[in-house]
Amino acid sequence: MSGTNFNPKDRTLLAVIGDEDSVTGLLLAGIGNIDKQSQNKNFLIVDGKTQTSVIESAFQDFTERKDIAILLINQHIAERIRPSVDRYQAAFPAVLEIPSKEHPYDPSKDSVLKRVQKLRGD
Amino acid sequence: MSGTGPREAVFPTRMNLTLTKGRLKGAQTGHSLLAKKRDALTTRFRQILKKVDEAKRLMGRVLQLASFSLAEVTYTAGDIGYQVQESVKRASYTVEARQENVSGVVLPTFESVRSKEGNDFNLTGLSRGGQQIQKCRDTYVKAVGTLVELASLQTAFTILDEVIRATNRRVNAIEHVIIPRLDNTIKYINSELDEMDREEFFRLKKVQGKKKRDAERVLNERKEKNDAHEQSGGSVHRDEGIGGGAGGGDDMLGQGKDEDVIF
Repeated sequence: MSGTNFNPKDRTLLAVIGDEDSVTGLLLAGIGNIDKQSQNKNFLIVDGKTQTSVIESAFQDFTERKDIAILLINQHIAERIRPSVDRYQAAFPAVLEIPSKEHPYDPSKDSVLKRVQKLRGD
Repeated sequence: MSGTGPREAVFPTRMNLTLTKGRLKGAQTGHSLLAKKRDALTTRFRQILKKVDEAKRLMGRVLQLASFSLAEVTYTAGDIGYQVQESVKRASYTVEARQENVSGVVLPTFESVRSKEGNDFNLTGLSRGGQQIQKCRDTYVKAVGTLVELASLQTAFTILDEVIRATNRRVNAIEHVIIPRLDNTIKYINSELDEMDREEFFRLKKVQGKKKRDAERVLNERKEKNDAHEQSGGSVHRDEGIGGGAGGGDDMLGQGKDEDVIF
C-alpha cells in the first residue's frame, strides 16, 4: 500500500555521497562500511573532477541497495543531480541533503523541504 | 432524477433493492471511517511537518559546528582524510528501524546503534592532534544522531504523504462515484417497481372491465331469448326473490320510522 514491500529491519547502514571533508567527518563518527566479499563501499567522495555520471550511478546504487537506511548527500552535490533527487520519492532509504563546509545549508533547495513548504501552503 | 447517471447493472427486483440499500449503508459507513482515518493521519502529518522543518534547520547548524571541529583537526593533525578512509572496515555506527503504528499505517523510526568494539580510529592522530580528533569524532557522532532523527521524521513524512493521498483518493471515490451510483441504482429499482405496480393495477382494471362486459352480454342474450320465448307463447320462470315479484318486497329503509324500534 505504501510502497514498502520489504523489511526495513534489514536496513542498518548509513551511506554518504559528499566532499572529502564531510565524508571524513562522518567516517570518523563510524558510519563507514566496506563489504568483505564485494568490497562495496557505502561512501563516495566527490571532488571537482568527479563526473556527474559517477555521482548519478552512485546515487542509483545506494538507493537500490537493500542494506542502506539513510543516504546522506551534500546539498551542492545533490544540486548536480537534482532531477534524480527530486524524482526520488520512496521512503527507503531516506535521502537527506546535508550542508558542506563551503556550501551552507539552503532550505529553499532541499527537495523534501520544498514539498514540506508546498504542503504547508507558503 | 431516477435512471439518469451511472448505475449498477442489476435487475429491478425487491431483493436487489434490499441488497443495494445494504451496500449503500456499507459505503456510507466506510466513507465516514475513512474520513476519520484521514483526519487522524493529517493531524499526525502536520505535527511531523513542523518537526521536519525545525530539524532541518537545526541540522544545518549542527553540521556547521562539526565542520569547524574538523577544520581544527586539519589544522593540528594535518589531513587525516586519506588515513580515515583507508582504515574503514565495518560500520560501528548503524541504525535500527523500529515500527510505530498510526491508524494502521506503519511508520518506521530509526534509532542509532553504536557498537562498542569498533573503535577504528584509535591510532589516527597518534603523533599529534589526537585530542582534537576525539573531539571532532564526538561532534560528528552527535551530528549523525541528529541526522538519524531527521531521517526518521522524513521517512514518516514521505510514507504519511503517500498514505494520505491514497486515503483521500478512496474517500473521494466513495463520495463522488460509489455512493451516487448506488443512489441511482436504488432510484432506478424504485421507479421500475412503481412502474410495474402501475402496470399491474392497470391490468387488473382491464380484466375487471372485460369481465363486466362479458357478464352484461350474457344477461342481454338471456333476456333476448326470454323475450323471444314469451312472444312465442311460452312462460318464463323467474326468480322473484323474497316477498315475490313486483307486488311485494318494499325497501325496509324506505318505510319511515318504525315505532317498535326504540333506538
